[in-house]
Amino acid sequence: MLGADDLARLYRALYRIRRTEEEIARIYPSDQIKSPVHLSIGQEAVAVGICDALRPDDAVFGTYRGHATYLAKGGDLAAMLAELYGKDTGCARGKGGSMHLIDPEHGVMGTSAVVATTIPHAVGYAYAQRYRRTDRVTVSFFGDGATEEGAYHESLNFAALKRLPVLFVCENNDFAIHSRLLDRRSSHNIAAQAATYGLAAERIEDNDVLRIRERAVGAVAALRAGGGPRLLECMTYRWKEHVGPNDDFALGYRTPEEARAWMESDQVRRVASMLDGAARARVEAEVEAEIRQAIEFAERSPFPAADELMSDVFTE
Amino acid sequence: MARDITCVEAIREALEQEMARDPSVLVMGMGVDDPKAIFGTTRGLVQRFGPARVFDTPLSEDAMTGVAIGAALAGLRPVHVHIRMDFVLLAMNQLVNIAAKARYMWGGRVSVPLVVRAVIGRSWGQGPQHSQAIHSFFMHVPGIRVVAPTTPYDAKGLLTQAIRDPDPVLVVEHRMVHAQRGLVPEEQYTVPFGKARILAGGDDVTLVGISHMTVESLRARSFLQEVGIGAEVIDCLSLSPLDTGTIAASVAKTGRLLVVDTGWTACGAGAEILASMAERPWPRFPLLRRMGYAAATCPTTRNLENLFYPDARRIASAARAMVHEDAGSWVPQGKEAAEVLDFKGPF
Repeated sequence: MLGADDLARLYRALYRIRRTEEEIARIYPSDQIKSPVHLSIGQEAVAVGICDALRPDDAVFGTYRGHATYLAKGGDLAAMLAELYGKDTGCARGKGGSMHLIDPEHGVMGTSAVVATTIPHAVGYAYAQRYRRTDRVTVSFFGDGATEEGAYHESLNFAALKRLPVLFVCENNDFAIHSRLLDRRSSHNIAAQAATYGLAAERIEDNDVLRIRERAVGAVAALRAGGGPRLLECMTYRWKEHVGPNDDFALGYRTPEEARAWMESDQVRRVASMLDGAARARVEAEVEAEIRQAIEFAERSPFPAADELMSDVFTE
Repeated sequence: MARDITCVEAIREALEQEMARDPSVLVMGMGVDDPKAIFGTTRGLVQRFGPARVFDTPLSEDAMTGVAIGAALAGLRPVHVHIRMDFVLLAMNQLVNIAAKARYMWGGRVSVPLVVRAVIGRSWGQGPQHSQAIHSFFMHVPGIRVVAPTTPYDAKGLLTQAIRDPDPVLVVEHRMVHAQRGLVPEEQYTVPFGKARILAGGDDVTLVGISHMTVESLRARSFLQEVGIGAEVIDCLSLSPLDTGTIAASVAKTGRLLVVDTGWTACGAGAEILASMAERPWPRFPLLRRMGYAAATCPTTRNLENLFYPDARRIASAARAMVHEDAGSWVPQGKEAAEVLDFKGPF
């Protein structure tokens, strides 16, 4: 049973992602963020529920829709915003942008713009943990579209073969850009198909952050005990357009009615309602201050010097 | 103590000594632990270092390259072996989109100490998909180094250097070079990246060989000697970065450069070397020529296959035509390369 402190921690994580991305959307028209942004608004529960079950020394690998993954795992907020601004103080020194976030000190081992590319990295990272006899867990976050890539299937097969301590988390929002899952595969069977590789797989239908967390806690414990890889397929919903800060219901590929059910079960508002007023206000005030400082940090940071163009092509 | 050993033995020794020196070195790839041990280059490694460090992989070049990158991000040093370079095409996404870019796009926060060994096939009907040499694809991409040793000495030294390097390195091997013999010190040493090696001196024409074509260029030099032409033969060794300085110094002396590539000529290593020479200031502009695979798919049948590749006779013929431009065509008499003639497949 979760206590008040647990709920406050979860709320902080959810609220921090939501409000950061709302601020990104607010700033975006000013053109200070010259980087494609793929917002996680509506999907925060998956990253938060999973990462709450992890230790600081566990690692995550993510996707270009990676703000939530990065922040939920404890990634440095100011360095992320500076990265979006293209600043030298960014988490990738302005060379990666929103789609290439990284914070190794907090176990965020990289996000990538090419779908499914980081899935095998998580498997290899998990191989290294096992080789070094640590009990660290590695999590691979990816979307439903990634499950159509060969690398996904190859990764599941190898992870199952070697019984590696890796948790695969599918953030299934039903869309690959504007294409629905059922336009891309014959059935909604991601978890069931994954199970055929010989790993424990489960689907969580309702984007319920507490349920996702509970399942993640169980999965992570099993992984630490050497139980072999697992997969959680988490049904969720992207509120904003595929890329950019706006709504996109006018495009006609989906309806506001479809989105409404997901918005009504908004996990940020739900967990807020489980806190007492004072606790909620304290979390919100602290997060708002952190975001404000992070934006100021990003805005006043310098752009990289010209000689940065040629640095880090190789290790110097 | 230097011994006369083959390239296969030199590669195997580099792997074994590096694995003994550094427990973070892994060897992975299809067949690395099987009885044939990648032509013997991985023989005995699984017996000495165990299956966690030397392991076969599923037929998943794309993801297994990603697995190697993930292990490298965690600080291990995987050597990923492809028994044919053609199969590296299945790993292009991870190599180009991630391995070559990881350090740069993640702001220098990580590095990827990955070695990819890729073996070019030839002879005994290797045909369209067991013969390709795609090193130039990787020369195009910043962030990954490309080396192609020819002698056993360089095979050991460059592979050792590649394993110790913090960044991705593609080591190009050639099946026709595997049996080459040469003196190799028993102790460990490294051969630096970015340095070509002058194998034989000459004043009239510079022959730059890449991989197996270095061997053919040395034979061509003997033919040329018989007609009074002195050819300097340079083993390119490091394709990315290129050692343009060593090549330019030789060309300054000879005034003539013929690059002979193990690969197609269009947008190839030869094109890059010639372009780098053409861009330099010269008191007298040198004669620049290149040879490589015919602009066709590699045929399986022997008589066409022989025409597909440059050989010592045609290299010598082309070099002589550069020296005596008004002379008639001349092709020396000689046998087919022993390593090509002697090679009995199937692999």
